[in-house]
Amino acid sequence: MNKPLRRVAIFCGILMLSLLLRDNWIQYARADELTNRSENRRIRIERYAHERGNIIVDGKAVTGSVETNGSDFRYKRVWKDGPLWAPVTGYSSQAFDSSQLENIEDGILTGNDDQLFFNRTLSMFTGQKKQGGNIVTTLNGAAQKAAFKGLGQKKGAVVALDPQTGAILALASTPSYDPSVFAGNSTKDSEARQKLLDDKDKPMLNRALRETYPPGSTFKVVTAAAALENGLYDDIDAKTESPLPWTLPQTKVALQNQGNLPCEDASLREALRVSCNTVFGKVSDDLGNKKMIEQTDKFGFNKEVFTPVRADASIYPEDNRPQNAMAGIGQASNRTTPLQMAMVTAAIANDGKLMKPYMVAKRQTPDLDDVYTHQPEELGRSLSGENAQKLQQMMETVVNDGTGTRAQLPGVTVGGKTGTAQHGLNNSEKPYAWFISYAKTDNGSPVAVAVVVEDGNANRGDISGGGLAAPIARDVMKAVIDSKQ
Amino acid sequence: MSVVTNTTTIGAIDAPSRRNTELALIVFAVAISVFAYANVGLALNGELPSGMLGYGAGLALLGGVAHLVVRRFAKYADPLLLPLATLLNGLGLALIWRLDQSERLARLPSFAPAASKQLVFSALGVALFIGVLILLKDHRILQRYTYISMVVALILLILPMFFPPQFGARIWITIPGLGSLQPGEFAKIIIAVFFSGYLMVKRDALALASRRFMGMYLPRGRDLGPILAIWAMSILILVFETDLGTSLLFFGMFVVMLYVATERTSWIVFGLAMSAAGAVGVASFEPHVQDRVTAWLDPFAGWGTHEASEQMAQVLMSFGSGGTLGTGLGQGHSDLILFAANTDFILATVGEELGLAGVMAFLLLYGLIVERGVRTALAARDPFGKLLAIGLSGAFAIQVFVVAGGVMGLIPLTGMTMPFLAAGGSSVIANWALIGILIRISDTARRPAPAPAPSTDAEMTQVVRP
Repeated sequence: MNKPLRRVAIFCGILMLSLLLRDNWIQYARADELTNRSENRRIRIERYAHERGNIIVDGKAVTGSVETNGSDFRYKRVWKDGPLWAPVTGYSSQAFDSSQLENIEDGILTGNDDQLFFNRTLSMFTGQKKQGGNIVTTLNGAAQKAAFKGLGQKKGAVVALDPQTGAILALASTPSYDPSVFAGNSTKDSEARQKLLDDKDKPMLNRALRETYPPGSTFKVVTAAAALENGLYDDIDAKTESPLPWTLPQTKVALQNQGNLPCEDASLREALRVSCNTVFGKVSDDLGNKKMIEQTDKFGFNKEVFTPVRADASIYPEDNRPQNAMAGIGQASNRTTPLQMAMVTAAIANDGKLMKPYMVAKRQTPDLDDVYTHQPEELGRSLSGENAQKLQQMMETVVNDGTGTRAQLPGVTVGGKTGTAQHGLNNSEKPYAWFISYAKTDNGSPVAVAVVVEDGNANRGDISGGGLAAPIARDVMKAVIDSKQ
Repeated sequence: MSVVTNTTTIGAIDAPSRRNTELALIVFAVAISVFAYANVGLALNGELPSGMLGYGAGLALLGGVAHLVVRRFAKYADPLLLPLATLLNGLGLALIWRLDQSERLARLPSFAPAASKQLVFSALGVALFIGVLILLKDHRILQRYTYISMVVALILLILPMFFPPQFGARIWITIPGLGSLQPGEFAKIIIAVFFSGYLMVKRDALALASRRFMGMYLPRGRDLGPILAIWAMSILILVFETDLGTSLLFFGMFVVMLYVATERTSWIVFGLAMSAAGAVGVASFEPHVQDRVTAWLDPFAGWGTHEASEQMAQVLMSFGSGGTLGTGLGQGHSDLILFAANTDFILATVGEELGLAGVMAFLLLYGLIVERGVRTALAARDPFGKLLAIGLSGAFAIQVFVVAGGVMGLIPLTGMTMPFLAAGGSSVIANWALIGILIRISDTARRPAPAPAPSTDAEMTQVVRP
């Protein structure tokens, strides 16, 4: 009976061997795949097992973590003044993932990023509890508050940049939302989120970065820059060859000005001061579609911007002659984000040098050691220094003596441009009020702002860049200048 | 032990009893288990568990008493079996205690802490083990009870039919005050006794008095009939009780023992064909089985919609998340498996918290028990002992394969428990009895032949008389 016994022994050996092989297959070969499956709750348990690092504005955390009970997710994200900072931080929810800075800087905030490797290894030896690192933003709390206060109940967005570095000082979008209401994973959180998603005012849309608007008359500074750069006109005070009325090329439609304006052969300075459609429409047509696109490219149009939060690309379209002429005054298919118009303003205020916008100044370990410090980065030259100064003079005239007088700040040089963008088929819907501006001190310009207000509630006649948007820009600029003193 | 020299040529060379080796190994097994227990406490609560002394003392007492009984009543027994069983039982207790601490499991309505109960069951198991060694002086006595064991096994198998099903299977009987018992675990041993006794008597008839049919030797109906009938009945009962693991186990044990008894390969072909037919047949009408086959083919496909699939997916993620070295005892999340985490799926906790290394170690421990069992069968001098030993160790191997293979997704899940490791009284008690019988057989097998009486004319007997 021993021969079959030996065979049975071999059979049992094969059974054990196949178990060992199978074990190696699932625990070694497939370990990573199984660990990182979306169904694997361990990933989220681990993620919320430690206190998340904070997002810091003006040296103070705008976020925090609280311990929760009754769930295997130990810590929950909370925001101090959530609606104010949501357009910057985004959200981080136990049930609904994360967005914006909370998402992009997740590695640092959770403490898993390789940049924190040394720190992690060290705390393994010292027995320190695992903790996330911090993200120090470039935001200016006072400017952010001023922007939100100015927008109030109205729909709109504000972007303020430091023209010399590209640092984002304010990034506001209204209506906003409080990410704390759905940071957990209870039914209540899920209902709160659904309510936000169903809201027709789209509070979770970041209008400063992810919504494109027709820029309206504020775009005339870009057209003016193209005119100067391409040598169409050199002297901003010389008469231009601009007839009135001026008919859109290849059509019989006369381009209208907003009111009875002195636009016939007006100088560039004068045309910008009163916002002549005819002058800049003709400039755009004289230069042609290609040159206009080239100039907008130099300002950063036509591609996405990463701040590091992604901003939609602003589009200056390839188009036929009449449409190109319309695009030159910020209408037709010309669409920009508020960030893009702030970049245009910043480039002009910074003597033509366009800096890459950014909002993460530093990444820190939990012990507040810097692991990364942002170095300002030049995106390119939008226009020559000489032409930039000419444009500055023109924009300062607008504020001193034109449509933008409500942006004036005592003792500070301010340049700006208003815009009232038509919107809807045949201008059927209420227009968007725009205002772009910069302030200037002895040390160059500390702030450039773009404001857009889409206010369906205001009386139609009252909607104008100068009336609605300029005061907001003024308050934001004032907040930045005051905080520097 | 020293080698006894004898003036006779029929020298009884005394095999070393290895009792001290066994004692050292038991000390080691208890130490490892206590260490695991302490590890769980430190990881979960940051302090040594309060019950650690009691646990350690209890386990040491069980191992020690069992060892003393073996030393006294089965001096020449295999030295590995008892320490292996002690180690598995001790680590199982630590794992069950670890899962008792899970808040997630505590929220389940069906959950109750199982560690202290398991310790009591282990004590009962060791008591049965001791009883087997003391009462069963010679395993051949069991031959006398061939047909009685047949009846007992059938009764045990039929009993659960009269009790309400639990968790989709009728495999429990409820004894008031004692809790639930799984008679199938005991039937496994008893039916092995019946098979051994019957096959020992009929093996020649089965092997030789057969007709050739399609190149295979088929035995006569009167030889095969009774055993086939018993086997078929047990399988049918189990199928109706939807206890597939156990029916597979019985079938495998039956084929192995038949093959060993008759030494005819045709039995394996015969057995495989029958099991394939049976499996397909059962799978085609039994929804319980179909569920598990679906869950086995692609566990993640049924996520969120198919309960069995989702649980299987959780088990696989447990294994995967453990990786090579595991998270450390108490630091995993194998309790995400929820239902049956500490019984059918306890190996997943090993996989997550001790990793690939831990699971392989456990599989090797089981493999060693099987190996010692097969060695015992090889060494046994009587056909009954050989058959019983191979039947029990074969059944043990198949049970480990079916459970571990099911949990690791190698084969569809059938629902049995890892011997010694999983929470469950019947399993622990029955497997201690199984180890007891193997130890008794190995003692008989390794016991040196009694020395012949010294004879004054010893020299003279060397001359072979014509």
